Amino acid sequence: MTSVVTSHEDGHHGPAKGLMRWVLTTNHKDIGTMYLWFSFTMLLIGGAMALIIRAELFEPGMQLIEPEFFNQMTTMHGLIMVFGAIMPAFVGLANWLVPMMVGAPDMALPRMNNLSFWILPFAFGMLILTLFSEAGAPNFGWTFYAPLSTTYAPSSVTFFIFGVHLMGISSIMGAINIIATILNMRAPGMTLMKMPLFVWTWLITAYLLIAVMPVLAGVVTMMLMDIHFGTSFFNAAGGGDPVLFQHVFWFFGHPEVYIMILPAFGIVSQIIPTFARKPLFGYASMVYATASIAFLSFIVWAHHMFTVGLPLATELFFMYATMLIAIPTGVKVFNWVSTMFRGSMTFETPMLFALAFVVLFTIGGFSGLMLAIAPADFQYHDTYFVVAHFHYVLVPGALFAIIAGVYYWIPKWCGNYYNETLGKWHFWLSFIGVNITFFPMHFVGLAGMPRRIPDYALQFADFNAVASVGAFIFGFSQLLFLYIVITTIRGNNKASAEVWEGAEGLEWTLESPAPYHSFSEPPEVK
Amino acid sequence: MISRTGLRLSSVITAMFVSQSAAAEWGLNMPQGVTEVSQSIYDLHMLIFWICVWIGVLVFGVMFYSIYKHRKSKGAEPSKFHESLTLELLWTAIPTLILILMAIPATSTLVKMYDASDAQIDIKITGYQWKWEYDYLGEDVRFFSNLATSKDEIYNKQEKGENYLLEVDREMVIPTGVKVRFLLTAADVIHAWWVPEFAVKKDAIPGYVNEMWVNVPVGKEGIYRGQCAELCGVDHGFMPVVVRAVSQDDYRAWLAEQVAAKAAEAAAALGDFSHEELMTKGAEVYASRCAACHGQNGEGMGTVFPALKDSAVALGDVQKHIDVVLNGTPGTAMQAFAAQLNDVELAAVVTFERNAWGNDTGDTVTPKQIIDARNQ
Repeated sequence: MTSVVTSHEDGHHGPAKGLMRWVLTTNHKDIGTMYLWFSFTMLLIGGAMALIIRAELFEPGMQLIEPEFFNQMTTMHGLIMVFGAIMPAFVGLANWLVPMMVGAPDMALPRMNNLSFWILPFAFGMLILTLFSEAGAPNFGWTFYAPLSTTYAPSSVTFFIFGVHLMGISSIMGAINIIATILNMRAPGMTLMKMPLFVWTWLITAYLLIAVMPVLAGVVTMMLMDIHFGTSFFNAAGGGDPVLFQHVFWFFGHPEVYIMILPAFGIVSQIIPTFARKPLFGYASMVYATASIAFLSFIVWAHHMFTVGLPLATELFFMYATMLIAIPTGVKVFNWVSTMFRGSMTFETPMLFALAFVVLFTIGGFSGLMLAIAPADFQYHDTYFVVAHFHYVLVPGALFAIIAGVYYWIPKWCGNYYNETLGKWHFWLSFIGVNITFFPMHFVGLAGMPRRIPDYALQFADFNAVASVGAFIFGFSQLLFLYIVITTIRGNNKASAEVWEGAEGLEWTLESPAPYHSFSEPPEVK
Repeated sequence: MISRTGLRLSSVITAMFVSQSAAAEWGLNMPQGVTEVSQSIYDLHMLIFWICVWIGVLVFGVMFYSIYKHRKSKGAEPSKFHESLTLELLWTAIPTLILILMAIPATSTLVKMYDASDAQIDIKITGYQWKWEYDYLGEDVRFFSNLATSKDEIYNKQEKGENYLLEVDREMVIPTGVKVRFLLTAADVIHAWWVPEFAVKKDAIPGYVNEMWVNVPVGKEGIYRGQCAELCGVDHGFMPVVVRAVSQDDYRAWLAEQVAAKAAEAAAALGDFSHEELMTKGAEVYASRCAACHGQNGEGMGTVFPALKDSAVALGDVQKHIDVVLNGTPGTAMQAFAAQLNDVELAAVVTFERNAWGNDTGDTVTPKQIIDARNQ
């Protein structure tokens, strides 16, 4: 292996010039960078859609858009944020960091790496272009329940299905690459139980991806057959079963939500020890907790379906299994807090985002536990309480972890420190904005406001107005993030190799910015 | 528009700083509801909520203590400890016990909710895009319940009423003090029937019959409102559920009234109607039942819902037009209206569609023609 790598090295000493560098690159850093910029672009597009939604919901009555377009916006916002913003951002971080963290020169399968990225702009280009078609974009929600998404769907659904297939192929290739890199390219001495937690969480996430993306591909293929080839998988009139759709979808969907949070756990587990200047508390239990969460994710899917009329025994099984998730998740939170306890903490921007993650993700976890209680779920189900719950785990959860990761590693990537004052402004605006947006959603949901409605009864008006104000604060704060990243790339506040005083790990042994090829000689692992 | 928005913004900002009594009016929490089940669910919800609050206070308490106390700027020296099997076991075992404590009342409540036995009244609920049909099994009472809020209110041309978006043309009526079972299904896509005050919510799924029940205690007569809870297409936000709970005597009287009214309708259909009468009635029916898909002016919407203005159906053979309205078009979103509208309404709406928006056929379709078409 080493000799192959060395001979590959001989031909390249730096990046090629011009546009073709990015089109043809097989370099993990270039591909990681493209993933991250792609995901940020999608964040802005999906975010603009969220602001259209919040603007319409600012007051009762239809003001700005029609219900049909509203449904297209909620659907596209969900799909773009899940598949276009959060997932590619984690793959981008994995591309940049996994080889540097395990002491490898590059990813194991560099050409496939290129392909798995370049599929994405086409997949999302196609999905977004449906907005301009006569039929309009998909309008059946990001969960696309049949038969609304089959018999009753706009004709653009076929493009949606093709887009989902492409995203799935991209994710599977990315996952294979990450597993191959972690299992084969670790430096001598880097045993599995010495790997940084970010690598561990990504290894487990990659297995989840390989397990469930084919299930998603299966369910959209069944839709395609129903729509174009006369089958009746989900059509009751033809002997099919609309509930089957939900079982298959959520068998993908629940592991999918952990795909979006496990790497975030990894990032936060890297950041907190650095700024607490103390080793991560309970490393082994963190690994076991992550694996337990991944296992449980396969046996809890029907808690998304408590109101479809499952038999009592099924409801009880899924309620108990879902409640179990609280245990390993709790272990993680307790470990993070214990890591901080009696440390020597400083509060740079990555740490602020990581601390906000711990608090706000835990709040999302609490509402998740409430939703797990099946009888109470009959009241919560499909209300804004659910919207509040999953936005708490995905925005101040997954997204804050990604932002924390960018601030934490950007000096390593660019060789420059970011502007700390602006970083803190970005944090506080985001933190305040996110809570003003999503906290009131708990209240309107409990008070009875269903999700996915373009207009609402008068008693929900005040909290909706508050949430809309928060959404605009949060949304526009992300432009500050863009400004900070650009000024960091162009800046000249040179970073040292170690970057952070308390940072541990192989990536900090490389100079800043990291060389184009990470480790051409395997590093020594203590 | 701008000033109204500005006004709203300022009222929101003021409201954010006012007392708790105002917050109570905002509706912060799950309703306790009026039934035994809704009360148990509320109690369960509050129990779990307080457990979460106390865990939160404890965990965040330790965290903020560390943030305050163990900071470098205060000269804190980092400790070296990084594992403790005792602690790991402890914070695995304690949450497990708490979860078991939560699971016990949750299980008993769920078992109670699932026991629909011994119901005295069965009502079949069918979800349609975007209305509910209520069929009182064993009685000759069956009707549709549509949103009553006007388009002018929705599009801000008229002041919004107190029950904006939560009002219907015909409410479901149930007696108090009796266990009523609902049998729930759907005719097109999945809907969900929900009344928060009853804590009754379940999906209405084509091809399935789901079961749920309510027993509103005597003394809790009143009107209870809810909404469709499952995304079901463009007017998902516009299909409310309204239930009027009345005493058992009033319920029997109401049933008798419905049967009598139906007989009167059938008799009226045999009378004569002028073209103008039918056009006026037809415009009303069109606005409430057809405009959501086919457009206010028959212009249609997207590729799923065809235009009626200048359409082959509206300008072509009358019998074909009546047939489409009565029986729907299989495999498309066009519903069968035979059971949704009475003969006069059907005659009026077909007449209207053939003569409105420049569709100048000059045809008048009478209720008798509808009766004939039904009998074919």
